[in-house]
Amino acid sequence: MTQAPSRRDLLKGAALGAVAIAPGLTLIAPAVQARPAGIPASAVNRWGLLIDTSKCDSGCTACVDACKTEMGLPALDRPATDAQYIRKVDVKDPKTGHQHSLPVMCQHCAKPPCVDVCPTGASMKRADGIVLVDRHICIGCRYCMMACPYKARSFAHEDQSNQKAHNPRGKGCVEGCTLCVHRIDAGGRPACVEACADTGRAAMIFGDLNDPNSEISRRLSKEASSRIRADLGLDPAIRYQGI
Amino acid sequence: MKRIDYVAVRAWTPGWLMLMAGLAVIVALAGAAVLYMEHQGHHVTGMTNQVVWGMPHVFAIFLIVAASGALNVASIGSVFGREPYQPLGRLSALLAMALLAGGLGVLVLDLGRPDRLIVAMTHFNFKSIFAWNVILYSGFFAVVGVYLWTMLDWKMKRAYKPAAITAFVWRLVLTTGTGSIFGFLLARDAYNSAVMAPLFIAMSFAFGLALFNLFLLGAATALERSLSLDLLRRMGKLLALFAAANLYFVALQHGTALYMADRGPVEAFILMNGGIYTILFWGGQVLLGGIVPMALLFRSQATRCHIRFASLMVVAGGLAQVYVILIGGQAFPLGLFPGMEVSSSFMDGQVAAYAPTLAEILLGLGGCALALVITIVGISAFRILPAQLGATEARE
Amino acid sequence: MGMRAVMLALLLVLMQWQGAWAAEAGPQFPKAQGQCVEDAGTMRRHHFDFLKHQRDDTMRSGIRGAKHSLKECVSCHAVHKDGKAVPVNAPGQFCASCHDYAAVSMDCFTCHATTPGEGKP
Repeated sequence: MTQAPSRRDLLKGAALGAVAIAPGLTLIAPAVQARPAGIPASAVNRWGLLIDTSKCDSGCTACVDACKTEMGLPALDRPATDAQYIRKVDVKDPKTGHQHSLPVMCQHCAKPPCVDVCPTGASMKRADGIVLVDRHICIGCRYCMMACPYKARSFAHEDQSNQKAHNPRGKGCVEGCTLCVHRIDAGGRPACVEACADTGRAAMIFGDLNDPNSEISRRLSKEASSRIRADLGLDPAIRYQGI
Repeated sequence: MKRIDYVAVRAWTPGWLMLMAGLAVIVALAGAAVLYMEHQGHHVTGMTNQVVWGMPHVFAIFLIVAASGALNVASIGSVFGREPYQPLGRLSALLAMALLAGGLGVLVLDLGRPDRLIVAMTHFNFKSIFAWNVILYSGFFAVVGVYLWTMLDWKMKRAYKPAAITAFVWRLVLTTGTGSIFGFLLARDAYNSAVMAPLFIAMSFAFGLALFNLFLLGAATALERSLSLDLLRRMGKLLALFAAANLYFVALQHGTALYMADRGPVEAFILMNGGIYTILFWGGQVLLGGIVPMALLFRSQATRCHIRFASLMVVAGGLAQVYVILIGGQAFPLGLFPGMEVSSSFMDGQVAAYAPTLAEILLGLGGCALALVITIVGISAFRILPAQLGATEARE
Repeated sequence: MGMRAVMLALLLVLMQWQGAWAAEAGPQFPKAQGQCVEDAGTMRRHHFDFLKHQRDDTMRSGIRGAKHSLKECVSCHAVHKDGKAVPVNAPGQFCASCHDYAAVSMDCFTCHATTPGEGKP
């Protein structure tokens, strides 16, 4: 015998349903939306990272390995000349003995010295703040590598092959972390951030620094953060906690 | 006004051919080195992601800085009106262009993508001092070319003084630009300083005059043309003065840096515990490049031998100076975390090792040889060298 | 006069035999799947202009999904043999056939991937 659901049952069902679905909605909501085809990047956004180094384990290189795989960087066992877009830096205070570890990559400065010094304009800052090398016009002079205070850039010292379709790279040009611009434009997040989240540590988050409602902006407004060599006045987009 | 006879050097003599053949061999070897480095990629050189500019750049910067200084003798004669130097003006202008060509040749052939030279000449980022240098270097050839033309062609007499002044100002701007390539880099504690521009100007005066002296002495001996000892002594005293000016700016740079607590580590590295860089600084740059030439040349009766040796010492000291500035400055690690001990898989926190390879040295020597070839072709094709070099005073 | 005519005839036969006429000559390359974004004549004449303009739009302005994307060229024109993609600039393949024939060197694949990517990461 059917009975019309009472108002109480309806409300109970709705509440249960909302409770069940709500966490899923916030977890799977993308940090960014994919940019529609044909629309250029805009200064409305400024992409950045927040890295909580207290969650960073000295032995963990998940971000580094993910970047190498994502960007097709070969491991030629030549550490002096192999390209590294991101590396783990171990820092020790000689006076106190305190040690910690953190990932360092291109800091995507708002006032990048590498862009200032490039003779052809190959080193460029996109409208949304990502600092890139336009390898169509890079002549391989390496002046940007001299100019970067963070040692962010690498030079391709040999012929390259088996490049990833989304990261063209070749001998004789300078390259560096692109903040996974190909993923960001498609609505994703950088490979290093994703790999870190996959390990369970989730030390890195990615987001739009210009959007006050983004997770990164909300956290930055509530918690203290700093930047590497903030005194240089370059206004990097990569923020750290615990350094 | 004495009439000066300029006589072209006779080409195709056995001595001339032997010298050109020797230089051609060096240039060919340099060409082979370039093909090897470009084909294999820079991993076959000593340059790495830490020391990105190496031996080729040491030679290139030395030659480029010397080029603007080599023009000095002509400028002293024309801009400042000193008669004894005027006969040497043509050689000075030619040597300046030849040295710049040699230096630029080395620089361009070491690019990661030398096939994109056209891109470098057509895409300019005007905020970059490097882009300005590209314009200044190209313009130098034009400006000094016109200057040389006004000296060679009596119909251009009226343009002589304006061309001379333009060339003088241009080379000062050019050398300021070259020094600023290093001075403008906020990332590098070793040389982020406004004093780099005047330091490079002082260096250019010293290196350029030293190379000019050496070429002049060599040419006079080889061609058995007379060379006034009085004129040589004047140039010797001038060289000693320039070496002193160089030392002054070096002292100023390091003295100021020593007062900056955050530059303490890099100064200690260069001045005390940098190994090869410290040896090259004190032994090469200061002793051989500064004190020895000054001791030899600040005497009243310097001989031809003294002047030749002192000029050689300035050149040796100059190469050491460029090596210390360029490579020493890169070998010292960047300070991402001041005061901390840092290590990583990307060579953070450690002094970078750099060992020049044969290919790099060959490329650098090729640039020097190219400069010499251009000069010799110039003095053979045109009337550049006076028949009696300098005044017709008593020979030594 | 007669000798010359015989020589000319022999030469023409030889050329016909070697297929020297324009209609039979020209680079041969494997056909691509699907429809190209422009017609063959326009592409032959202007493909480098399209690519050069597009590269700046994509690289410097961040415009994605554009018509003249090099990645899309590769994904259509790369041939698959035994389940693996053949590099699109290998001899006899799409790009090299015309470029070798016309003796025009191209720089694209020093850096760009010669096989289609694995899709979105």
